[in-house]
Amino acid sequence: MNYESLALFKLYLITAPILFVIGIYAIMITRNIISVIIGLEIMTKGVTILLAAAGFFNGRPQMVEPLIITMIVVEVVILMISAGYIINIAKKHNSLSVENIKNIKG
Amino acid sequence: MTVSLIFIPILLVILLNIPRLSGKAAYYAALAFFAYQLIAVFFPEAVGSAQFSQVLGRWFRLNVSADGISKVIIISTAIVAIAALMTSKPFIKYDSRLFSLSNLMLLATAGINGIVFAKDVFTIYVFVEVIAAASYIMIVLDKTESSLEGGFKYLILSSIATVMMLFSVSLFFLVAGGTGFREISDAVRNFGGNTVVMLAITLFMSGLLIKGGLIPFHAWLPGAYGSAPAGVSVFLGGIITKATGVFTLIRFFYSVTGFNDNVKMVLLITGSLSIVIGAIAAITQKDFKKVLAYSSISQVGYIVLALGAGTSLAIAAAVFHIFNHAVFKSLLFVNAAAVEKQTGRRDVDSFGGLGYKMPLTSATTAIAFLSAAGIPPLSGFWSKLFIIIALWSAGCRGFALLAILASILTMAYFLNLQKKVFFGEMSPNLEGVKEAPLSFTIPQIFLCAITALAGVGFFYVIKVLIFPSAGII
Amino acid sequence: MSVHILLLSLTVICAAFAVVRTRVIRAAIMLASISILVTITLFVLKTPLAAIFELSVCAGLITVIFISVISLTNPLTKEERSEERENMFKKFLLLPVIIIVCGVSFYMLTKGINFIPVSGPEAVEVSDKAELWHLRQIDLIGQIIIILTGVFGVAVLFKDNKDDKK
Repeated sequence: MNYESLALFKLYLITAPILFVIGIYAIMITRNIISVIIGLEIMTKGVTILLAAAGFFNGRPQMVEPLIITMIVVEVVILMISAGYIINIAKKHNSLSVENIKNIKG
Repeated sequence: MTVSLIFIPILLVILLNIPRLSGKAAYYAALAFFAYQLIAVFFPEAVGSAQFSQVLGRWFRLNVSADGISKVIIISTAIVAIAALMTSKPFIKYDSRLFSLSNLMLLATAGINGIVFAKDVFTIYVFVEVIAAASYIMIVLDKTESSLEGGFKYLILSSIATVMMLFSVSLFFLVAGGTGFREISDAVRNFGGNTVVMLAITLFMSGLLIKGGLIPFHAWLPGAYGSAPAGVSVFLGGIITKATGVFTLIRFFYSVTGFNDNVKMVLLITGSLSIVIGAIAAITQKDFKKVLAYSSISQVGYIVLALGAGTSLAIAAAVFHIFNHAVFKSLLFVNAAAVEKQTGRRDVDSFGGLGYKMPLTSATTAIAFLSAAGIPPLSGFWSKLFIIIALWSAGCRGFALLAILASILTMAYFLNLQKKVFFGEMSPNLEGVKEAPLSFTIPQIFLCAITALAGVGFFYVIKVLIFPSAGII
Repeated sequence: MSVHILLLSLTVICAAFAVVRTRVIRAAIMLASISILVTITLFVLKTPLAAIFELSVCAGLITVIFISVISLTNPLTKEERSEERENMFKKFLLLPVIIIVCGVSFYMLTKGINFIPVSGPEAVEVSDKAELWHLRQIDLIGQIIIILTGVFGVAVLFKDNKDDKK
């Protein structure tokens, strides 16, 4: 791996964790449970980019393609389930506030 | 054995749905499959599992294989699944829910079998998500308020964990040019000191520790266990977190990357923290199922502590403890479900003298407690003994002492619970309570017999199942 | 090089905007635009099939799911909205700080990486696109299982309790 592509890869290696941190920030600060899921989605986008970058810089982009596609399928199913959760929580409490799921005794 | 155990549940689910059969049919089909899985481990030729795999092997090129550890996990999965499904039946009022639950348990079992046979880090990720998705749905089967809350918390924390695992998978891909175990272990051997590799190992480990509910990351576990429907808690507490979290941890370090000193230290510290804090939290809890949830954290701590020793004996001890924990913890959850069904309550203080009314439940609970606390003839004793020996011989003597002392804590909260619920003065509001129906007593006797037999015949169990799994002959 | 920098910085900016929005529907649209940016990035990184998948599923289907969830549920009440608006300044101030701090610390972390080990050419080289999934059939089975699970999830979660009586 030459010097330029190393620098480029470092760029991706910085961006993906930043997206991860933004997602965590969204989950922690929000008042709305839909935004929690949006935070999760942002994190997943960061991973998608990093996975593609790993394939690209390793020289086998065609081998990460199935991984990314599988990941997207899994992501959609999990998102469907969380959408079902949100609809049910909203029906039970008649509100989307995060406070409803925070009052659980651990 | 390998491929058939992944395919048969999928085929069963499809068969049950094409002409939509009744919930009862799905229930018996699922039970039959779990029993089949239990037999297929021991006699793959006789029940046609090996032949089926061969036929499938002609059409598909699946990168799977079974070893000793997978056998133990598959046996535990089958045992826990049978108990869980039988326990959930009396709680379910609607036929359609029984149908969904049976199908979901089949799919989750297929997922566990997939993880167990996987030879690729990305495959592990996919099947972890399969199991997680199935358990998110199973937790909210009743759609009660608390289960929605607990499940949502679980969903978020576990999604964060899987994102971390994917981060690590992509870093491994970059370094190794593939995600198979062989490529990654080659890469770790060649470039072990590189920052990228170390980052990848750390991220994967933290993801799995969240999935396993170890102490700094345990926030989701009591809520999810406590609020899930009774039968589902048996399945969750017995095998799901162990298969996704702890087994994968063993697989990752034992078969893929190998241990180094930093990893060992992290495992030892998280393990001992989980043991102590989980046990102390269990003493303070009032809800029957929450006590069991915290005790689960504490027992998983033992497994991770053993893993921290990093020797073959430690791996064997950890695997043995996973098996024992699956048996006695699901027995305890079954008993919690029986008590809940017969009295309608879970608050520990509101009971007293229940043992006169439900003698079988009381006796089996006592046996499970004794096994969990490590009292000699029962199977829990042997695995704890192996853990302590492994820690001692690996030089982690302080941690071995801590494991011994924490056993007393385990004893304390279990005796407390047993005394409050089953012994003592009979509380007046328990007059009309009867012994639990058959769908509880069958799993109780079944699980109790396994604990006792594995304890008495421990030598045989170790020789046939446990030591071969860690490569000790 | 400049294309990469442009795409990645745009993605980060979009993500930051998606977080600070108080109206969820705007955040969902920002998420769709992140997806489009990721699609272009995937094209640049020579994974066109994945890019098309990302575009159709993430930018299309997921946005549809989000918008239907938003329309099926009641929005936040007025008090919660106003509280959220008060929080917003905090969000606006805090987020760039967090991004910069994290960026610098990750940059320091990556400085320690002098080389990235890439395994030699002895590993399997896949040239034929049709061969791709042959190596990953077990993942396909995982996808089948998770889709079946999702079907049951829809059946359990989206059905009303009244329909359950049979």
